Amino acid sequence: MNTTWSRFNVTSIVLGFAFLYLPIVLLIVFSFNESKLVTVWGGFSTKWYVSLFHNQGLMDATWVTARVGVISATVATVLGTLAALTLTRYTRFRGRVLFSGMVFAPLVMPEVITGLSLLLLFVAIGLDRGFFTVTLAHITLTMCFVAVVVQSRLVSFDRSLEEAAMDLGATPAKTFFQITLPVILPAIVSGWMLAFTLSLDDLVIASFTSGPGATTLPMKIYSQVRLGVTPEINAACTILIAVVAVGVILASIANKRREVQRQLDERAAQRG
Amino acid sequence: MKSLGSIRRDFTPWNDPSARPYIQFENVTKKFGDFTAVNNLSLAIFEREFFALLGASGCGKSTLLRMLAGFEEPTAGRILLDGQDLRGIPPYRRPVNMMFQSYALFPHMTVEKNIAFGLKQEGMPSPDIEKRVAEMLKLVKLEQFAKRKPHQLSGGQRQRVALARSVAKRPKVLLLDEPLGALDKKLREETQFELMDLQQELGLTFVVVTHDQEEAMTMADRIAIMDKGEVMQVATPAEVYEAPTSRFVAHFVGNVNMFEGKVAERSANTTRITGSSGAQIVVENSGAAAANADIVFAIRPEKIKVSSKKPADAVNALQGEVYDIAYLGDMTVYHVRLDDGQIVRASALNAARVTEDPLTWNDRAWVSFRPDAGVVLAR
Amino acid sequence: MSNIAVTDAAMPSTAAKPFLTRLGAGFVNRLVIIVPYLWLLFFFLIPFVIVFKISLSQTAIAMPPYTPVLDFREGISGFFERFRNLNFDNYVWLTQDALYFKAYVTSLIIAAISTVLTLLVGYPIAYGMARAPATIRPTLLMLVILPFWTSFLIRVYAWIGILKPEGLLNQLLLSLHIINQPLVILNTYTAIFIGIVYSYLPFMVLPLYSSLEKMDYSLIEAAKDLGCPPTSAFWKITFPLSLPGVIAGCLLVFIPAVGEFVIPDLLGGSQTLMIGKTLWNEFFANRDWPVSSAVAVILLLLLTVPIMLFQQAQARAQEQDK
Repeated sequence: MNTTWSRFNVTSIVLGFAFLYLPIVLLIVFSFNESKLVTVWGGFSTKWYVSLFHNQGLMDATWVTARVGVISATVATVLGTLAALTLTRYTRFRGRVLFSGMVFAPLVMPEVITGLSLLLLFVAIGLDRGFFTVTLAHITLTMCFVAVVVQSRLVSFDRSLEEAAMDLGATPAKTFFQITLPVILPAIVSGWMLAFTLSLDDLVIASFTSGPGATTLPMKIYSQVRLGVTPEINAACTILIAVVAVGVILASIANKRREVQRQLDERAAQRG
Repeated sequence: MKSLGSIRRDFTPWNDPSARPYIQFENVTKKFGDFTAVNNLSLAIFEREFFALLGASGCGKSTLLRMLAGFEEPTAGRILLDGQDLRGIPPYRRPVNMMFQSYALFPHMTVEKNIAFGLKQEGMPSPDIEKRVAEMLKLVKLEQFAKRKPHQLSGGQRQRVALARSVAKRPKVLLLDEPLGALDKKLREETQFELMDLQQELGLTFVVVTHDQEEAMTMADRIAIMDKGEVMQVATPAEVYEAPTSRFVAHFVGNVNMFEGKVAERSANTTRITGSSGAQIVVENSGAAAANADIVFAIRPEKIKVSSKKPADAVNALQGEVYDIAYLGDMTVYHVRLDDGQIVRASALNAARVTEDPLTWNDRAWVSFRPDAGVVLAR
Repeated sequence: MSNIAVTDAAMPSTAAKPFLTRLGAGFVNRLVIIVPYLWLLFFFLIPFVIVFKISLSQTAIAMPPYTPVLDFREGISGFFERFRNLNFDNYVWLTQDALYFKAYVTSLIIAAISTVLTLLVGYPIAYGMARAPATIRPTLLMLVILPFWTSFLIRVYAWIGILKPEGLLNQLLLSLHIINQPLVILNTYTAIFIGIVYSYLPFMVLPLYSSLEKMDYSLIEAAKDLGCPPTSAFWKITFPLSLPGVIAGCLLVFIPAVGEFVIPDLLGGSQTLMIGKTLWNEFFANRDWPVSSAVAVILLLLLTVPIMLFQQAQARAQEQDK
């Protein structure tokens, strides 16, 4: 593989990443600001983190968000995996075009439309808005993302593995649980993580479909942001970023290690 | 104990009218949509036979194998195994196992677990499984690799694991889909012989799919040559090479020269053929070709002698000019342009380091061959 | 649900037709399709029908704040009775008030400009990544994806502190004496452009990167060898070959940007006209559900073509993977 790692390329990457990361870095830095003014440095302090933990409203919202996230990501992972299986394995059934349309459309659908339409559905069937409806809405949105992630793994899945298992006497069900599922598990796990973060992140759909008593963290942050920027929100955001970043970085390090180990093993195997 | 050679020499159930075939394809047709992969094909394979399906890609050989394994059902016709119709029996209930072209080793399981997989499915008690796995590992000489995962193995080792896994259940028939396709040339040659030994040792019926004629000729008792979903010829490797029954088979296996002509005269043993340019040759092995029939005479390059002078005892000798020479070390290949324009390929074994009759480009030369050196085929 | 009956399944399990479990396996196979299918029908497709239905109804001061139309409980005759009463008042209302028309047009223009800007910013990054040494490419890729995992709201929020009149950008520029008056960026369209480019950049870079990375670099060498200078090699070889990535990236940015709410709301200030915000205000502030439904229906119609293009691009990419 030939690469030209020219000055132009380096510059565009450095500038690009500066653009991507500088706002986040500044946000984190100013969460440790002593001053109440977010943009004027008044010395280092962690007082906003302390006050954060005394903010009952914020704590409640965090708890709601975490529960919605875990439940919706889990259900969405099951449904999304089924949808991915349908898309890759069943190439000919009536209504397939409609189905794939319904899987891909939510990926780009403006959130206000999805949110509004789900709300109207819940009203039409007489479901009280709250924790349950937000969870349903998040399942619907995130299962499509899971489906796309799992589908891209299934496309490259070697079908002869399944045939080999059946050839060796495993029934289709056993084949699925003993061979297919373990092999595509990494994709399913990253699908779950994606679903969880999307749920954690969502403001618009949650605002439409949530009701009293089920205020999620983004809703809480949004209402506070509208009142003005405070270091306390910076602190809340920093914690959220830290949680997600640590999770993603750990996952990718583990992945990288496995990959390196695998390459070493393969090289060792080639030597005999 | 009988040697492998003597077993193979005496093993000719296909010539025994009382022998019952072990696997039978009866008028099997398989269509995928409009495409006919296998067309009204009948074939009989005998117990303990090493049978090869040889053909170019897309000729239907893999489909045939997959129908036997149960991954595809025939559109028409039936497949019998030991007298039992296989229709409707799913792959996981068939007493056949398959070795996949990609090996299809389960990436999340160790070598041991891979080999034990099929045994666990049939509910074998675990002490027995352990014993059988150990036995299999020993058979393929991978004892010290039991705990490794597939990606920690070399290509040759993976191939052996796949083999061990597919024979662990002691299937009645082992199906091998391009078993050596992913190995490099040297390893492939070694493994060919190992597979043959293994087949004898286990007393199994092997059905191997390959596109490599050398592989098929080396290993198989009989070869079925396939084209466009049909079997062109089923015969031993020697018969396929020396007595092809069609132009396709003659072309497909090895190199061949074809002379088009007409049967001029038939006698009891010999036939005189007039070539399209008027040249006369006398041949044996003319089959059922009637007088005046349009035929082709097919002859292998190594059965043609090239010399600067016309050999005194030659029955068939044609004159031409040396057009091209390829020196390959063990032999030399001459392309001679006959006076009627046809190019003849002839190969000469380099038995001595220096040839006594050196020929070079543009030399006048004679090509000669014996009457029994080739076969007469329908045009 | 006869329309989702399995006519031919590619799974070997059904192809093999196990003799006794045939019924069972077929049932399981159908279940794999039916469960997500029904879920999406119920929670994705039917809601749109309801949106359309409500957009045809009248506003009412009640809960829910509209009078139902097209109620099937009243039978066929009732249905036709209602059908006569059906009104497109809400749509007429949308055409009469110039505000909505302007909001749609502004949204489309802002989304289009932002998409082009995102492409201009994203292409060099993706190109640089694709040409980076293979060893650091996965790390770069992760660094592009990482912000995507952090909250969208937070990333937009971070820009408020930067773009405010007394914000960090103005502080920096004032201290460097580049300007002597604070720039007004927050609550302008510029801030919206910055917000959209920033938030959607990963969506642009990823498809661009994957199409650029697949490209065989020897094509460029061949072009140069045949006498093509680097710049024209880029326009004649690299860019056309990266077009699938360009199209996918642009659609991934354009479609959601048209209906964007958070960015115009937080960065664009109160006077910004974007349709996502209009819909939100119509719904939450005015509690006019029928009008906001009508707004949503029209927005959806506007986006039908780009969404279908996106679907096709997805399907094509999937075909190529196979």
